[in-house]
Amino acid sequence: MSVPTDPISTADPAASSSSSQRYTRRRRVPPIVWPLIALVLIFIILGFSVDPQHRMSSFISVVDNAAPVMLLALGMTLVIATGGIDLSVGAIMALSGMVAAMLITQRGWPVPLAVSAALTAGALAGAWNGFLVAVVRIPPLVATLVLMYAGRGVAMLLSQGQHVRVNSAWFDFIGGGFLLGLPFSIWIVIATLVAITLLTRRTAIGLFIESVGDNPIAARYAGVNAVGVKFSVYVVSGLCSAMAGLIAASDIREADANLIGLYKELDAILAVVIGGTSLAGGRFSLVGSIIGALIVQAVTTTILTRGVLPEMTQVVKAVVVIAVALLQSAPFVRMVASPFRGRAGATSRGSAP
Amino acid sequence: MSSVPLLQMRAISRSFPGVRALDGVDFTVRAGEIHALMGENGAGKSTLIKVLTGIYPHESGQVIFDGREIKPRSPSHAQSLGVSTVYQEVNLVPTLSVAENFFLGREPRNLLGIKWRQIKRRSRAALEKLNIHIDVSRELGSYSVAIQQMVAIARALDVPATKLLVLDEPTSSLDSGEVKRLFDVMRTLRGQGLGIVFVTHFLDQVYSVSDRITVLRNGRLVGEYPIAELPRAELIGRMMGRDLAAFEKEAAKHETPAPAPAPMAPTPAAAHDGVIDYTGGGPRTQIFLQARGMARKGCIEPFDLTVQEGEIVGLAGLLGSGRTEIARLLFGIDRPSQGQLLIDNQQTYVGSPREAIRRRFGFIPEDRKTQGIIPNLTVRENVILALQSSRGWTKFFSPAKQRAIADKYIKALGIATPDADALVKNLSGGNQQKVILARWLASDPRLLILDEPTRGIDVGAKAEIQKLILALVREGKAILFISSELEEVVRCCDRVAVLRDRVKIGELTGDQINEQTIIRTIAGDAA
Repeated sequence: MSVPTDPISTADPAASSSSSQRYTRRRRVPPIVWPLIALVLIFIILGFSVDPQHRMSSFISVVDNAAPVMLLALGMTLVIATGGIDLSVGAIMALSGMVAAMLITQRGWPVPLAVSAALTAGALAGAWNGFLVAVVRIPPLVATLVLMYAGRGVAMLLSQGQHVRVNSAWFDFIGGGFLLGLPFSIWIVIATLVAITLLTRRTAIGLFIESVGDNPIAARYAGVNAVGVKFSVYVVSGLCSAMAGLIAASDIREADANLIGLYKELDAILAVVIGGTSLAGGRFSLVGSIIGALIVQAVTTTILTRGVLPEMTQVVKAVVVIAVALLQSAPFVRMVASPFRGRAGATSRGSAP
Repeated sequence: MSSVPLLQMRAISRSFPGVRALDGVDFTVRAGEIHALMGENGAGKSTLIKVLTGIYPHESGQVIFDGREIKPRSPSHAQSLGVSTVYQEVNLVPTLSVAENFFLGREPRNLLGIKWRQIKRRSRAALEKLNIHIDVSRELGSYSVAIQQMVAIARALDVPATKLLVLDEPTSSLDSGEVKRLFDVMRTLRGQGLGIVFVTHFLDQVYSVSDRITVLRNGRLVGEYPIAELPRAELIGRMMGRDLAAFEKEAAKHETPAPAPAPMAPTPAAAHDGVIDYTGGGPRTQIFLQARGMARKGCIEPFDLTVQEGEIVGLAGLLGSGRTEIARLLFGIDRPSQGQLLIDNQQTYVGSPREAIRRRFGFIPEDRKTQGIIPNLTVRENVILALQSSRGWTKFFSPAKQRAIADKYIKALGIATPDADALVKNLSGGNQQKVILARWLASDPRLLILDEPTRGIDVGAKAEIQKLILALVREGKAILFISSELEEVVRCCDRVAVLRDRVKIGELTGDQINEQTIIRTIAGDAA
């Protein structure tokens, strides 16, 4: 048995094994680079699409508008990393927005209390999803479909189908206020990102999530509490959705059970996938999902500012989905890469003495 | 019974990345015989069947069927040539009627659609030919698995060209009455001149129904024998790669030859000096685990088993004999349907792997890839996982601490990896297995359950892992050791529990632990 060699100190590249080469190459280019490049490209296109004096404000508006999807994507990242999916996030947005709006407008609750109630509603909805997936073992796609319909339904029952206006300066501040020069919603995103990063990278939860997602059987045999792990990620996702719902309701100063969060689950899933977390579960990247959400929003904003029909956004998103899916499909990548690899192989063989 | 070869497969070879699954195998089936195809895991049985039924093309060799060479391209092509196969799992639709299943995908039609009356009549007739009298308009799922299997067989036989029927482990989900019924059908078909290939790992069944046996091992042909000329012990010996006749000669020398691939640690002499009194808990040894009448319906019959600290107990038996089932029961993966488990003489219940780990068990599962490694995580994370999950999520090891632990085991076990942050999936099989071993060593277990810990890894790594196991036991750990390789069982174990057809049939100690006695015990004619 040879002594394990340090790949960095190995002067002769031929001496290190192929696996170590593959490994060091992977370390040199972290996967997050690709979505980052895509984001920069889209921002450049956006920059050329607007007047120079509006450039900065349009960038900020992209970030500001992306806040709800970024929050959804953070929760969705953890869910997807366990091998699950949460289709109910959009509906939970509508539900939490409605809870807060009704408590403020109809019951006269102080804003902080109403906001806490809305967050609790989101966490409870997430706990319901977690119960169905982790304890009852219903496939996540089906389990979260329940609340995707019922969440919006409950919100409508609460308000008896009415929009609920909110006239409160404090509530406006959640989605429209500024703090230290940045939109308050961005501070919420930053705080959530930091909190979830600490939770997953400074405790063992991240390790457990990734092992359950990568190989559930092996994780179980190693003693990982898969039920607890799965349950908690849906609760976190519910909480994130509730925050997103509050921002969305605050933005338009009313809760509309039909519109808030509509199709946002798809944007969130897209953001996570663009960010490099595989839908098969396992390794996840929170920052990647944030970048993914920014890409989704930047694409939308760019299309709007270029004066293309708004309907086109859906088509462009579809193209992005196809591109990402193809890049993640091993057979496709091999198919596309093989002519290049073949040529490279031929050259090296040809140049070999 | 005719002796005309119906099927001749000559020098068939087939490779998969990294494995030579079949290496020049010959296989001959005559018309009007039931031919058992036997072999342990990885022997090449299923690959040979898949070549025959057109799922894999063969790389070299010839398949001569009914007098001419064939090259089956797909199961349906093979069927049209006259080779029909019934697989272990019934590949039919339980919610459709028996008759519908019978003609699924080949319904007789006329201008007005499917001829339902004809479907019913013909399926009833076909089943009656096999002596099965059932209502063909009822849902298939409402009948027992045995009947479903018969329907699958009748369906396979309904193809007029069928001359060879392949039954791939048809009995694994049947009870003894159902097996008898299936055998009656097989005998009827044999009488009609059909050739039948019977793949199974139940020895009793082979001897009660087959005419001839072909044994494969590690992708090679061991031999073809008429059933009368191959006693049970010989068969088991051949399947395990041991020539019993050669043993008888060696027995005189009083020492089994150990073709050890590498110099081994001295056999644990301390453990071999006489039979240990394991029921009384002698002064030198402490009983760690005791199973009393544990069983799980359909998996393993009631068994007693004791493992002491500082002792390796082996589980020997053929594939499907219940070895893995015992391991899964003890580790809490499956729940027992009866019996008791005592740890340190205290009655306990282990309901999940988590609870087993809390009681300081460790388990290296049989299938490293699907049950052992977390492929896309690093060596460091794989090593730390069991220890971290037993500490809970709050008492987190910092990455630096994780790396220190992983580095310690990388060094101690000689794991060949660029560093602790390499992905486990990029390591070789032997090194992956060492990572799993490190995972358990890091959590300092009192009992280690090892299910085929050396399967599919190279000879050097195999010897190293065996050496490690022997070192662990000297530290006072209790070890339950499952292996298909007799030589390994004999070399490592202090006591060997022998299993056959899901029953623990005996326990060997001291001088009884040699390959010959184990084979004889499995065969059921131990002295």
